[in-house]
Amino acid sequence: MAVYELKQTLEAPSSTKGMIHWLKDNLFSTPINTLLTLSGVALLFYIIPPFLNWAVFDADFVGSTREQCTSGGACWVFIHAKIDMFMYGFYPAAEVWRLKTALALILVIVAIFKFFKSNKIRFSILTLYFIISYILISGGYFGLEHVPTEKWGGLMLTVVVATVGIIFSFPIGIIVAFGRQSDLPIIKSVCVTYVELIRGVPLITILFMSSIVLPLFFPEGVTFDKLLRALIGLTFFQAAYVAENIRGGLQSIPSGQYEAADAIGLSYWQKMILVILPQALKVAIPNLVGAFISLFQDTTLVLIIGLFDLLAMVRIAAADSYWLGMETEGYVFVTAIFWAFCYGMSRYSNKLEKQFNTNLK
Amino acid sequence: MKDNNVIEIKDLNKWYGDFHVLKDINLEVKKGEIIVVCGPSGSGKSTLIRCINYLEQFQEGTIVVDGIQVMDDIKKIKALREDVAMVFQHFNLFPHLTIVDNLTLSPIWVKKQPKKDAIATAMKFLDRVGIAEQADKYPNQLSGGQQQRVAIARSLCKNPSIMLFDEPTSALDPEMVSEVLDVMIELAKEGRTMICVTHEMGFAKKVADRVIFMDAGQIVEENTPEEFFGNPESDRLKTFLDQILSH
Amino acid sequence: MLALLRNQKVRGILFQILTILSVVAFLWYIGDNTMTNIEQRGIKTGFAFLDGTAGFEIDEAPISFSSSDTYGRVFLVGLLNTLIVTFVGIIFATILGLLVGILRLSKNWLIRKIATAYIDIFRNIPILLQILFWYNVVLNAMPSPKQSLEFVGGIFVNNRGLYIPKPDMNSTTIFVLTSLAIVFVSIYLLNKWANKRQETTGEDFPVIIVGFSALVLVPIVAYFIGGADFNFDYPALRGFNFQGGKTISPEFLALTFALVIYTATFIAEAIRSGIEAVSKGQKEAAASIGLSGYQALKLVVLPQAIRIAIPPVINQYLNLAKNSSLAAAVGYPEIITLFAGITLNQVGQAIEIIAITMLVYLTISLVVSALLNWFNHKMKIKER
Repeated sequence: MAVYELKQTLEAPSSTKGMIHWLKDNLFSTPINTLLTLSGVALLFYIIPPFLNWAVFDADFVGSTREQCTSGGACWVFIHAKIDMFMYGFYPAAEVWRLKTALALILVIVAIFKFFKSNKIRFSILTLYFIISYILISGGYFGLEHVPTEKWGGLMLTVVVATVGIIFSFPIGIIVAFGRQSDLPIIKSVCVTYVELIRGVPLITILFMSSIVLPLFFPEGVTFDKLLRALIGLTFFQAAYVAENIRGGLQSIPSGQYEAADAIGLSYWQKMILVILPQALKVAIPNLVGAFISLFQDTTLVLIIGLFDLLAMVRIAAADSYWLGMETEGYVFVTAIFWAFCYGMSRYSNKLEKQFNTNLK
Repeated sequence: MKDNNVIEIKDLNKWYGDFHVLKDINLEVKKGEIIVVCGPSGSGKSTLIRCINYLEQFQEGTIVVDGIQVMDDIKKIKALREDVAMVFQHFNLFPHLTIVDNLTLSPIWVKKQPKKDAIATAMKFLDRVGIAEQADKYPNQLSGGQQQRVAIARSLCKNPSIMLFDEPTSALDPEMVSEVLDVMIELAKEGRTMICVTHEMGFAKKVADRVIFMDAGQIVEENTPEEFFGNPESDRLKTFLDQILSH
Repeated sequence: MLALLRNQKVRGILFQILTILSVVAFLWYIGDNTMTNIEQRGIKTGFAFLDGTAGFEIDEAPISFSSSDTYGRVFLVGLLNTLIVTFVGIIFATILGLLVGILRLSKNWLIRKIATAYIDIFRNIPILLQILFWYNVVLNAMPSPKQSLEFVGGIFVNNRGLYIPKPDMNSTTIFVLTSLAIVFVSIYLLNKWANKRQETTGEDFPVIIVGFSALVLVPIVAYFIGGADFNFDYPALRGFNFQGGKTISPEFLALTFALVIYTATFIAEAIRSGIEAVSKGQKEAAASIGLSGYQALKLVVLPQAIRIAIPPVINQYLNLAKNSSLAAAVGYPEIITLFAGITLNQVGQAIEIIAITMLVYLTISLVVSALLNWFNHKMKIKER
């Protein structure tokens, strides 16, 4: 039998903590590790300083004419001169205020959302915004000049395509996911065929189909706007992937939930919408955000069928004979924008996933 | 249907594919009777009570519940499920809704009750099972015993005349079993018709009017609790009682 | 009668009949309009166009092609090019992805961060943008043929492409290539034999050392046996351009680099999650029963990691095949550029052409899916 006194809490010995120790442990622990560290540092030295020199230290940021690009670095003046093109495409300069208004309204809505938490009200506000922004951007009503979709381009077009794509692919995807789960064999096979067909072919074939073949499906008089054709193709493409993600969510719902909903007397649609879908969506959200990121990247493909998204703008802006040879600056600029959007969204998705995992507890 | 019978099951036969899971079940339940069904796992007892509220379909025989014939007819099924409530082994509360929303879901959407009335009814029943203070919490924040009591409250909200219990305490930690059984005993004393699939023999002895033993898909023996436990007749029942009463 | 309508089975059947009728009606409407429109525009139908003369040249054709060949042959060339770029892309993307995936789990902080940065950067840039970047920025920055970059062994790089020496198909080459094939097969058989031997006698056989030495020594011996006479056709600058040797076009290079770098990020992540998914407890258990680090990896960790990692990796192979269709943006002559592009423009029969193209990709998908299912079935961990 022995009784012990309470022990004091001491600090760790200095040889196991601190900067030197961390360096030894993480970077120089074994000869191989040391070699790797040195190679890594060499690689970084090889890449980063030259790039920084070109992009920042030797670059020209200020000015408006080509002559001001005297140093050997990047000529960001080019971007500055062409920024409207990158942002708005061929949208008439006098009407750009409408685009800026539509953008500002989003901020207003975010602020309003803090006061109205009800889902019904939020949904109505969003629908209203959708209609208002369409009127603003396209025009033709209330005295606003009509801006045909051929003039839409740049980042604005990319955002429009991505947003419309995600909004419409969502309900279609939900219905297809339900159909795939159904007991009715015909409904199930139609949905399975649709999903497997789309997932087996590249997006570009779908875009070709919707831009070349779709007009043939309708009588002579019916014309399809080029942008509309691309949107239809992209939406149906994306809906298949959304359907698969939601199906994954649906499969994770235990059958007891379906039974309990049946037992309390809910009809099929009440059961799916009130009980099953909310749970399935929660599970599927990280994958759905991933699908949105893919969609955002896929919008670049519309340049192949002749629409002028942000990526297409690089070639067009650089084709200006006054600014010949500026492709590199253009590509770097556009890469930075896309990367910022996609990386931002993937960080948001990580945050959502962590939140969801803690909610499960 | 004979007067006073709320449930009449005649010559019920069910197959899962080739497997004959319910064999020639005949059962009559009077109003206000408390029936306990027990038997080894795989004997078909859960399947039987699920046939009563049409969660399972059957190939032969008839079931008549409170004058409604149980068959593939959405009007009849709807009326059936308003009259018959079920409590599940794994509670099956809806995790994305609060406790009170779990209870008001059906009254609001199926019975079209105004929200205020539905909430008032819900709070009354939550109080009844002793969980009123948890009304705004989510199911995952409650213990197993509490969740099961909420599930019972949820089924009470429709004021059903018949309640089915499918092994309601089997998934609970031992220390929570009694709080659920207490609620069930009180309900039994109020005069509801109850059919319970359970292994809790103490409960059966306390409130059951009849105990039924099922094995391999058929009813083997049924009797009052005293005779059932005191004087088991069939060999299969004797073996079964030995197994469950010996620990 | 009305009671029938309340029967759920009956309702289900009615609903399905309604669906079929609507689908058929819709297809009828579309088909009718299409027929009318096609007639009006004078577009032909049917597949006879495949026998028509192409009338254009193709720069990179793995089989011989001239402008007097048929559209059917154009399709073949496009298909082969698609398969070539897919195959090459898959090989390099796997190697790079494997490397980055393992480095991502390295104990070295710097290496880990560099690998993570690589993934975070290239995963978030659209693939089309990467292809165009390589083509318009990197390859454009290469010098003109007269000032080509020269590498050891007669390899040249300029803005018209990559030029490497091509060995003639003489006896030496054939000997060396055959010997390589024989060595690979032998190593596989040797491994099987060594495993069996270990099961019966318990003795370990150093397959890796033996195999590696064979891989190096046997071709050398074959070289000498075959006449010791590699005759390379070296690329040389004649006039404005290079003649001889093998030319790899900038289109192919841009497409392949972009596809490899982009796809490798996803493969790296799949491999990383496969390895991470093997719980720490497995490695600890392996250590506690006396397995060395290498043995633990080979016998416990990797088998489990592969089960988890292979399905998403094969999914990425499929994505690479589909993404190769973006070659249309730089003009690499694969099936989209040649068939759904030039041929469609000349012949006009969009429906037939796009249908055939989709069928090609669908077949590739189905074959790969079947492979995946077979693999999953073989690897399934038996459960109760």
